[in-house]
Amino acid sequence: MADNSAGSHARSWNGSIGGFVVKLLLMAVINAVGIMAILSAYFANSWVILAALVVLLLAANYIYFARRALPLKYLYPGLVFLFVFQVFTMGYTAYVAFTNYGTGHAGSMQQAVDAALIQGERPVEGAGTYPLAVVRQGDQIGFAINDGGEVKVGTEDQPMAVIEGAEVTEDGPPTAVPDWEIVPRAELYQDQAFADQVLGLRVSMSEDADDGSVRTREGTRGTPYRSSLTWDEGSQTLTNTDTGVVYSATDRGNFAGDDGSILPTGWYVNVGFDNFSRAFTDGAMAKPLLQVTLWTFAFAILSVLISFGVGLGFAILFNDERIRGRKIIRTLLILPYAFPAFMSALLWRGMLNPEFGVINEWFFGGAGIGWLTSEWLARAAALFVNVWLSYPYWFLVCTGALQSLPGDVLEAATLDGAGRFQRFKSVVLPLLLVSTAPLAISSFAFSFNNFTIIYMLTEGGPFFPGNANRLGATDLLISAIYKISGVSGGVADYGLASALSIIVFIVIGAISAVAFRQTRKLEEF
Amino acid sequence: MRNRLAFGAIALTTGLMLSACGSDSAPAESAAPQPSSATTTSTEAPAANGASLTIWTDAERQQAIQSQADAFEEATGATVTVVQKNFEDLRNDFITQVPTGEGPDITIGAHDWLGALVTAGVVDTIDLGGTESAFQQVALEAMTYDGQLYALPYAMETVALIQNVDLVGEEAPATWDDMIASGLEAGAERPFVINTGGTTGDGYTMYGFQTSFGAPVFVQDDSGSYTTEVGMAGEEGQAFAKWLHDNGAQGTGYLSTTIDYDINNELFSTGKAAYTVQGPWAIPSYEGINVAVNPIPSAGGQPSAPFVGVQGFYLSSQSDNALLANDFIVNFLGTEDGQRALYEADPRLPAMSAIAEEVSSDPIVAGFLASSENGVPMPSIPEMGAVWDFWNAAEAQIIDGADPASTWTTMNENLAAELG
Repeated sequence: MADNSAGSHARSWNGSIGGFVVKLLLMAVINAVGIMAILSAYFANSWVILAALVVLLLAANYIYFARRALPLKYLYPGLVFLFVFQVFTMGYTAYVAFTNYGTGHAGSMQQAVDAALIQGERPVEGAGTYPLAVVRQGDQIGFAINDGGEVKVGTEDQPMAVIEGAEVTEDGPPTAVPDWEIVPRAELYQDQAFADQVLGLRVSMSEDADDGSVRTREGTRGTPYRSSLTWDEGSQTLTNTDTGVVYSATDRGNFAGDDGSILPTGWYVNVGFDNFSRAFTDGAMAKPLLQVTLWTFAFAILSVLISFGVGLGFAILFNDERIRGRKIIRTLLILPYAFPAFMSALLWRGMLNPEFGVINEWFFGGAGIGWLTSEWLARAAALFVNVWLSYPYWFLVCTGALQSLPGDVLEAATLDGAGRFQRFKSVVLPLLLVSTAPLAISSFAFSFNNFTIIYMLTEGGPFFPGNANRLGATDLLISAIYKISGVSGGVADYGLASALSIIVFIVIGAISAVAFRQTRKLEEF
Repeated sequence: MRNRLAFGAIALTTGLMLSACGSDSAPAESAAPQPSSATTTSTEAPAANGASLTIWTDAERQQAIQSQADAFEEATGATVTVVQKNFEDLRNDFITQVPTGEGPDITIGAHDWLGALVTAGVVDTIDLGGTESAFQQVALEAMTYDGQLYALPYAMETVALIQNVDLVGEEAPATWDDMIASGLEAGAERPFVINTGGTTGDGYTMYGFQTSFGAPVFVQDDSGSYTTEVGMAGEEGQAFAKWLHDNGAQGTGYLSTTIDYDINNELFSTGKAAYTVQGPWAIPSYEGINVAVNPIPSAGGQPSAPFVGVQGFYLSSQSDNALLANDFIVNFLGTEDGQRALYEADPRLPAMSAIAEEVSSDPIVAGFLASSENGVPMPSIPEMGAVWDFWNAAEAQIIDGADPASTWTTMNENLAAELG
């Protein structure tokens, strides 16, 4: 990078000094950024990222200061971006695909235990709330509460007991307690460790456990709570002290009780190939997914073929010099391409409305045809709108390709006695395909993943009856994955969504690889 | 988890920006004032005196929360960072980032996220410390899950009957038939329009009519919280389904899946419809129309109970400063002054009764409040997403002319299977 000095690789003071200085400055900036990022990763305990950053930074310094790595000097920035934005993302998706990450399995096991304990600790019914002060005696902390004018003090080991001689306002917390120092609120705000200690403190109301233990949330009020769950670190089990049910960890990332019940909060675990096999074997999932897959292929293939055909047709038509105003017509023809796709899809959605849409009103005499409510009409409509959006692209590409066809070849064909059709079939089309076939493949991949148009036009509907993820007749794999992932609300299953993404990636990758190989044959003409 | 990735990118860009600003030797300090990318929390920005809070909000409430945060900073010396995000992103970001330690201490949110938040284990319970009675009952019920209160409620929203005063006067029709009759008499193009979400279906807007048949989506237990037992499978539900069909494409046509949100508001705001059912958010689009807001009339004989949505403040279960966060929620946002400031910055139906009383001099606000008084909280179980999908789709199909009895029965079977 920035290596413009002739002859030297700008790593010494010999030759052009300017190049070396520029390089030094740039590397200083890069190192500063890198070290900064490494520090951030360290403070966030992100060890994988930290390791990757260290490797990348060391590599950068080696490459740009060493003599031997000349090609890498040019490749390295691209490789870094490839790593950060492609490889890392894909690797991460693959990792998630082998877990059950999603609703109910969002955090670690320790967090699930925390959540269970939170959910199991409830205020004692009818016990009310007491004004409270945090008190201290040396290292020991306790709570002093105002129980109807009487001041009671207790600690972790000592249940609440009345203390004589304390000062208290009528409805406020105790203001002075003999033998105890009242901790000022400012200390709670400033000393986080102390605040955590206060939050964790439970003071029994009496010897009877049913009366509960006072806890405070914000340091001025105390409420008796009872906890029904206890966590046993050693056996890794939660026990419900009311019912005696013991919940132990399962390999699916849940706490399951010996009575068959399951606690709501779980954690994410590795589930192997479960997500992949579920996509094909789960009865409720497999059939709609198969339909979606078939439609996705049909949609992508037909979109490319039809819009290519339409675009080519227009291109040939308006390539004829006898047509007047070709420039204006060409400009008009590419207009759909100039609108944002999601706007066009929304417009079409409105125009296809059975009652208020202009399509029915103008062309079908107000017949009230439900374009987007019938399975096959909706598919036809989605295809039509996609063709409408994408034919200008093919029109542009084909116009360009037609104009660059060598005139002598066409002339030779004419001299050999080829007719108009013969000329098109044997000369124009093969030559055209050489330059457009790779574009057709990328267009196929784009249509295959054309989320925008489906989501804006039909939201995938009309929906298959009895499907929990609201998959529908016009859903493509990509919009189905979006719905299954639950990002839009409802039950999320990132694991399954990631697994499906990987399958889609493999399918598109395989098709593209095969198709590119095939197009190479075209060039042999 | 997913956030590690984002973190990497953020670390990179933050680093870039930092070095662009010059060789600053105190990176953590300057990383803080970039709210848009500041998903990093207290680990990165330790305040001078140790305590700091991070709060997520959307753009509309940011001002109000910031002013409360300033007051809190002054009172306690803590540092409060208010981070603005898209409301739609809050739910999922909270669920994915709290477990990684990158989440906020407090987030604003809607009550129907509660099931998902509890299952994900990312929310802590809160204790209003005896001030519960200051809030509307339905707001507290909404924020309660499995008998525990999980958030401080502050605003509510619900749908109500909105009528064009110039066409049908101000008086509330008592029944569906009265309403249709008065709408027809007024000579409007349509006596009544209701949004069905286009072909998607909209069980939410329709729910007032459904409950008037005595067919709640779930059976409620004695304390008012929902069980997972579907409540619309019986005869009452069938009667509602038949009513949908009778007023749908094969019947009177008052209900139609050609009406989506925009068309609904277009028809009403141009005076082509005499009545509609909508929420307070639609009122600004009815400019120029003289509107009155009333409770939804009964279609099935029983009172209409529309869904009430409640917004409030959730506390993260992994907050490093739970004491401070609780103090801010209960003693600042939860006071009358705090709630009034929130209302003034972004007027929504107040959840605190005293504020509700103050603002109900406005007849439109009073109309929605009256409607919310009959209302029930939207269920918040995590499976609700699937419930909506089945439910909306079935309603749309019936309105379109599908056989009401069998469609409704299939939907209920699907729901029962889904909820296990």
